Amino acid sequence: MNIFALSVSAILVNNFILSRIMGLCPYIGVSKKLDSAFGMGMAVIFVMTLASTITWIIQHYLLVPFNIGYLQTIAFILTIASLVQFVEMVIQKMAPALYKSLGVYLPLITTNCAVLGVSIININDGLSFIESVLNGFLGGVGFTLVLIIMAGLRERLEKADIPEHMQGMPIAFILAGSMALAFLGFSGLKI
Amino acid sequence: MSSFKELTKGLVKENPVFVMALGLCPTLATSTSIVNAVGMGLAATFVLLCSNILISMIKDLVPSKVRIPCYIVLIASFTTIVDMLMEAFVPAVHKSLGVFIPLIVVNCIILGRAEAFASKNNVWNSALDGIGMGLGFTLALVVIAFFRELLGTGQLLGFQIAPLSYQPVLVAILAPGAFLTLGLIMSIISIMKKKSQSGQEIRG
Repeated sequence: MNIFALSVSAILVNNFILSRIMGLCPYIGVSKKLDSAFGMGMAVIFVMTLASTITWIIQHYLLVPFNIGYLQTIAFILTIASLVQFVEMVIQKMAPALYKSLGVYLPLITTNCAVLGVSIININDGLSFIESVLNGFLGGVGFTLVLIIMAGLRERLEKADIPEHMQGMPIAFILAGSMALAFLGFSGLKI
Repeated sequence: MSSFKELTKGLVKENPVFVMALGLCPTLATSTSIVNAVGMGLAATFVLLCSNILISMIKDLVPSKVRIPCYIVLIASFTTIVDMLMEAFVPAVHKSLGVFIPLIVVNCIILGRAEAFASKNNVWNSALDGIGMGLGFTLALVVIAFFRELLGTGQLLGFQIAPLSYQPVLVAILAPGAFLTLGLIMSIISIMKKKSQSGQEIRG
């Protein structure tokens, strides 16, 4: 699989939010302001890339050789939880400014199903090491792209005149639905 | 609070999906047909029930600093059990739910109930709470799946409901249909809430 095809597929066609429907909690929760959406997106790219790298190594050098593949779920969630914790401590020590802007979002990422999702999908699809790392990174980029578009739309929506019973969550979902409809068009791409 | 209330509050009043907006990813991703919805709902109910019971048993043994990792390991173990059981007994449903079965681990309803309810209440009430919340989740999934399956295929549980001349709206069982259906259902709920509130005001 060449890199261009992989990136188009991971960012647009199989977008984590709009096509695979993963990571909706931050998508709905953190998309009210453009700044915080950007911060969350960066944190997710970072963690998804690292998580794909490490879980691939764990799967192929720990779980498979010792024949304990059934522990996959437990091993992966523990890896991700400790990874997030570790990343948080390192950033706090090395780059306090970055920590200030990402700080709030890092703990939330443990329960973001896109991170665990991308790790399991990498294994299920039998991707190689390089492809897994790329898939994690590009999946994060796609996530950020959609999150930022959504935040921009919702900032405009604040000024719009919405029927009373549609305010809040319902209109956010309708908006997400329309975006998913638009992204559905990408599935026709043939590379 | 009576045991009966503990059991039924999850169904409507504190419905995890429609009222508290938790566990949205599996809700939208697996509600493409009623069979999938029931499969996912019952799998999550099983994990929720077991984890609630066990967590309320060990709540005094676990130091509060490490409680979240402990809960996650417990939940992950039960998820693995469900994964294996479904693969053995209902392979078709297991295949169509795919990656969303291991993702039960990160379903916020389960960790949310562990943290908000099971770690503060006794075993019996936690078990009832687990069943109630699990069934509420299943109910929400089935409601969404009902509309999506009917519109998207013209069938329900494999039986033809709509007349054969009906052109299925394929988009309803794809991702956009999930978002639109949930948005519309939530707006209907907010209208109903508004009506019942104004009714109470008049009576009061």
